[in-house]
Amino acid sequence: MRLDCPICGSRDRREFYYQGDAVLLERPAPDAGAAAWDGYLHLRANPAGETRDLWLHESGCGAWLVVTRNTVTHAVESVELASRVKEGLR
Amino acid sequence: MAELKARMPCEGLLPLTFGGVNLDEADLGVMTSVVLLGEEAALSSALSDAHGVGFPKANRTSGKGGGVRCIWFGQRQAMLVGTAPADALQEHAALVDQSDGWCAVTVEGEDVEQVLERLVPIDVRRMHFKRGYTARTQVGHMSASVTRTGPRAFLILVFRSMAASLVHELGQAMRAVASRRGEG
Repeated sequence: MRLDCPICGSRDRREFYYQGDAVLLERPAPDAGAAAWDGYLHLRANPAGETRDLWLHESGCGAWLVVTRNTVTHAVESVELASRVKEGLR
Repeated sequence: MAELKARMPCEGLLPLTFGGVNLDEADLGVMTSVVLLGEEAALSSALSDAHGVGFPKANRTSGKGGGVRCIWFGQRQAMLVGTAPADALQEHAALVDQSDGWCAVTVEGEDVEQVLERLVPIDVRRMHFKRGYTARTQVGHMSASVTRTGPRAFLILVFRSMAASLVHELGQAMRAVASRRGEG
């Protein structure tokens, strides 16, 4: 498996660290309530198809990345800088 | 009062030569991590004014080998090598002295690409990785900085604590490549 880091280019999977669902970029407000925080911390979808994960380019540039990939075909559809994605959420 | 002696990270381990590939320690002098705080253009011109090298683009180095060099070292980050940083840089970047934190080696020779191909998960061939190109990647399991300094020469940096492991890994690969050539 290879990921196209937007900064470094195409790199081997061993340079990256997997964190989890990209929902972690959407932290609820402190007073959002128990249901929102329960969902943010514990509830994850397990999709057969497209999924978005956070990866860290640990041995490379150090950037956090949002990787969109398909759990059925194993295709990696896009890799974006998490900082850019986060800007889009604001 | 105790007299402390300076000791290079690879002292007693290098140089090594196998099959025409030489591995030796590089003394880079003062090394300063330069982390961009403001505008890249402003930092780059401050660097040029003070040291004659700009802030490098991603995966590149600036400056000529031997003298002052700036090696790209990650997102918004570079390593200034070969000079103490000018005070003027502090306006644009966070400066941290890392001179004693890194082990630097040069590896060069006819089969140097074959040696690195055994350890480094990027394409180090000259057509893809030219002189002045650099990469943050791995050597074996170690996080490293790999820079091409010539047609058959590379500069490799790892954490100082990993000096012996780096020499071991590169030495093993050099031996293996030499033995395939029948020179081991």
